[in-house]
Amino acid sequence: MDEPTAPILEAEGIRKSFDENEILKGISLRVENGDLVSIIGPSGCGKSTFLRCLNFLEIPDAGRVSIAGITIDVGGVDDPFPPDTKVKAHALRQRVGMVFQGFNLFPHKTILENVMLAPTVVNGTSRDEARSVGLRTLEKVGLSALKDRYPGTLSGGQQQRAAIARALAMNPKVMLYDEPTSALDPELVDEVLKVMRDLDAEGMTQIVVTHEIRFARDASDYIVFMEGGHIVEISDEDEIFENPKDERTRRFLRRFI
Amino acid sequence: MTFLRRLFLLLVGLATIASSPAADPADLPVLRWAADPDSNAPYTFYGPNNQLTGFEYEIIQALAKQMGRRPEFVQNDWDGLIPGLSRGLYEVVICGIEITPDKAGEVLFSRPYYVTFEQLTMAKGAPAITSLEELKGKSIGTLGQTAAMAMLEATPGIDVRTYAEEVNAYNDVANGRVAGVLLDFPIAKYYAGPNPNLEFTGPPFGQVTYGIALAKNNQALQTEINTALASIIASGEMRDILSRWGLWTPTMAKAFNQPEADSVPDTEYTAFVASTAGGASLLTRLTRYAGYWPLLTQAALLTLEVSILGMVLAVSLGFSLAIMRVYGPFPLRILATLYIEIIRGTPLLIQLLIIFYGLPNIGIKLSPFVAGVLGLGLNYAAYEAENYRAGLLAIPKGQMEAARALGLTHIQGLRHVVIPQSFRLVLPPVTNDFISLLKDSSLVSMVTLVDLTGAYNRIATQTFDYFGTGLLIAAIYLLIGLPFVRLARWTEERLAVDVRKPANKPGLFGRPKV
Repeated sequence: MDEPTAPILEAEGIRKSFDENEILKGISLRVENGDLVSIIGPSGCGKSTFLRCLNFLEIPDAGRVSIAGITIDVGGVDDPFPPDTKVKAHALRQRVGMVFQGFNLFPHKTILENVMLAPTVVNGTSRDEARSVGLRTLEKVGLSALKDRYPGTLSGGQQQRAAIARALAMNPKVMLYDEPTSALDPELVDEVLKVMRDLDAEGMTQIVVTHEIRFARDASDYIVFMEGGHIVEISDEDEIFENPKDERTRRFLRRFI
Repeated sequence: MTFLRRLFLLLVGLATIASSPAADPADLPVLRWAADPDSNAPYTFYGPNNQLTGFEYEIIQALAKQMGRRPEFVQNDWDGLIPGLSRGLYEVVICGIEITPDKAGEVLFSRPYYVTFEQLTMAKGAPAITSLEELKGKSIGTLGQTAAMAMLEATPGIDVRTYAEEVNAYNDVANGRVAGVLLDFPIAKYYAGPNPNLEFTGPPFGQVTYGIALAKNNQALQTEINTALASIIASGEMRDILSRWGLWTPTMAKAFNQPEADSVPDTEYTAFVASTAGGASLLTRLTRYAGYWPLLTQAALLTLEVSILGMVLAVSLGFSLAIMRVYGPFPLRILATLYIEIIRGTPLLIQLLIIFYGLPNIGIKLSPFVAGVLGLGLNYAAYEAENYRAGLLAIPKGQMEAARALGLTHIQGLRHVVIPQSFRLVLPPVTNDFISLLKDSSLVSMVTLVDLTGAYNRIATQTFDYFGTGLLIAAIYLLIGLPFVRLARWTEERLAVDVRKPANKPGLFGRPKV
């Protein structure tokens, strides 16, 4: 946050409602290249929805998202849903990797086939090339030996690492994680967090919605605290824990520390 | 109904014309003749070796020879025989057609070739009858649209029951469902005569003369036929034929002014009785069934063909319907839903009859085979659509989300992620449905196809062995269905172990080694 580089991800005034219920009340966030940002906050505060709005899995009612050179504006007064939104969203998603709480691996494909699918289908990469990229990516997450296994035969931690590899195979500029360790047994959490730390060391930009306060504190460049559809506090990781400015942040963190 | 039959016969006609080789005996002019050979002994019918035979069959062969023509058989249903004449599908009909003033207005008749009477048959030991009036208050069976039916209906107080097959009428006398059956003597002789539980009673009722029917404007052929008839009667060939078939009666002797005694032994009648004897030993029966082997093979193949093609249609159309219903825009969704609900809410048999007999009224004429495949396929498509819909909806939303997050379009996500998974889910129910379809395919016998059920009708009405034939046909259905039952179980097992290592998937013929 110190060097004045151009942000790789910028969200501005993101609003989203489900059935009259406003979940996001105008959220803005800038993330610099290579940052690891943790988003924490109580359940229902809108952090997952915000993450899904970033790659347009949910289309925001209003706001602007700009990632790695692609900017999508919705909810403008003149043209609330420009006709090229879907095309742009599709292009944007190809530059953003996403990892889900429930892994969402494709159960009918082996781990390697899971990793090879998007490059071959979306980019038209040859099977041979996709295979070598896939193998490299699986090695990065330590799953080379399990490449021919089906997802259902793996532990949760292995599945989540495979899901990360699957996203990495598309060579994304930004990785989004939606509670990546919440569905895991405690002893399997660390193997996933280690992969994320390694990626951070390589300079990957990562945004993590998480309940792992320790990870957020240790690994993040900074932490975003959300509540009630707002960002309440953005803070350096030590500062937010030792000296939370906002009363709500203080209340939330008291349960963990 | 007649439109389609017309088309079918036209095709048969065209096919036979096209296939006539232009060489030697085929150089003779053709005499195209028609009859309804199903359940039609002793007139023209399929014998135990599935070859055409019968006394009328022999008469037409003799006539054709006499006329220097090559006989060519065209099969038609009884109801369509006369209409086919005026459409020129064939030149003559010989099928026990009674010469009546009504019919004489519609067609030309040859001189009579057989004169007979109506024979009353009742259960053995029933009180003797001397006139039809004595049957007042009783149920009497006969065939529809016959002289016997007219006679019965002209007698007040008789409860007339009309049957489609003479075998069933006589069986119902034996079973006590009707008191008696009144039918032409040749039918009575062949269908009731050999049955020890039945006996002929009463005097000969009425007089029935059979003539060969020709198109109204075909006087030339009428003269030719009459000349030939006169000549085979005079030469004694007619008496030989009728004697062989046990049909040379005093009435005939008088009509043709020839001696009453048979000129040759009634070998054909004896053979028929032997081939249909109910009390035959198991070995005789098995031998008899073995004679039907070619018919059964053909019928089983037809059943398989209709079923497999029907299923292919059902699976592909059902799949499209499911995609329309789950992912389509509103109008398509409504359309697919309507189709599924209407098809599932109406009987398959009615759909089949509409396709085969109804559609020709709006100009769509289909062959029986196409109609059968279409009927089964369109019907099962509705069920397959629901299978697929369930399969598509069973795939968690996260799968499509993951695909889209990876940059796949919605279509690509369906194609590579959702559909392959749902396909595996629906494999067991689809295989099960195929087994159902295989059995429901028996309904195509209603649109004149000789599938296994059609073969059952033919064999049972020739042998009178409803029980044995029924068991035999059921066994064949079971046999050709078995591989698919096995396949269904295999797909279920395979699916059940999907989460294990690939090596643990069971083979087609065994459970997994664990």
